Amino acid sequence: MKGSLIIVGFFIAGIIVGVSHWLPETSGLSNISYITLCALMFFVGISVGHNTTVLKSIRKLDPRYMLLPLMTITGTLAGCAVAALALPHRSLTDCLAVGSGFGYYSLSSIFITQYRGPELGTVALLANILREIITLLGAPLLVKYFGRLAPISVGGATTMDTTLPIITQCSGNNFIIVSIFHGFIVDFSVPFLVTFFCSL
Amino acid sequence: MLKIVAIMFCGIAVGYLLRNYLLRFVPKAITVLIWLLLFFLGIEAGANPRVIGGLKELGLEAVWLSLMGVAGSVLLAWALWRYIQARKGGKS
Repeated sequence: MKGSLIIVGFFIAGIIVGVSHWLPETSGLSNISYITLCALMFFVGISVGHNTTVLKSIRKLDPRYMLLPLMTITGTLAGCAVAALALPHRSLTDCLAVGSGFGYYSLSSIFITQYRGPELGTVALLANILREIITLLGAPLLVKYFGRLAPISVGGATTMDTTLPIITQCSGNNFIIVSIFHGFIVDFSVPFLVTFFCSL
Repeated sequence: MLKIVAIMFCGIAVGYLLRNYLLRFVPKAITVLIWLLLFFLGIEAGANPRVIGGLKELGLEAVWLSLMGVAGSVLLAWALWRYIQARKGGKS
């Protein structure tokens, strides 16, 4: 939670700099942020390749739980496709790109700003921060009404780090491996799905 | 776009090759790069009158998309949970 607040703090600091026009020129900015994005993806790749505990833990996982990431991805995209019907000024792919963040707000909003501009990027940032907040606050209720897999699915890409503690608390320790596996797969799908929907 | 995915795969290969070494700086580097990028994103959003003028509408759109995405994933996760429970005969 503290980490999220710092990230939002940097975003707000940027908005203040942007609104007040302290920078004489912002046209070179998208180049700088593209290079920074490339560096970020390289490091994200390193952390994925370096993380062999996930690969080891998969062997102990009930194969039926391996379907959960698929449920999360199709469910979210279906929900966003329905949501797009009520947003006539947004295209279907815009809405699907926002949904494809799965709570990974930093990466998804950065990608979407690169490809679709800061307006949709801001929507993606807010929508995906909200998804993480819903998971953190709603996990007990989700377990009660929709079973122990529901908070993992809502947690999306965050279930191997930021929302893992609350999920193990609400769904139980038996679901740690499911949660980590789910987070790993959904997390990995974010850059692919977001760029895919932005390129359509 | 393909370039970014290619860069990530290079990172995965490097990370896998270095799997026996502790790479403590990697999470820190990711955090700092995310801070930087969100700062830039804020500048772009702040300098764009359409974003600042429409912040309320953009916020409502975000709430709507987020809730619908959550609802869709909850329903399918519930379906999978009930399927697994039925197969197990009620044992959790």
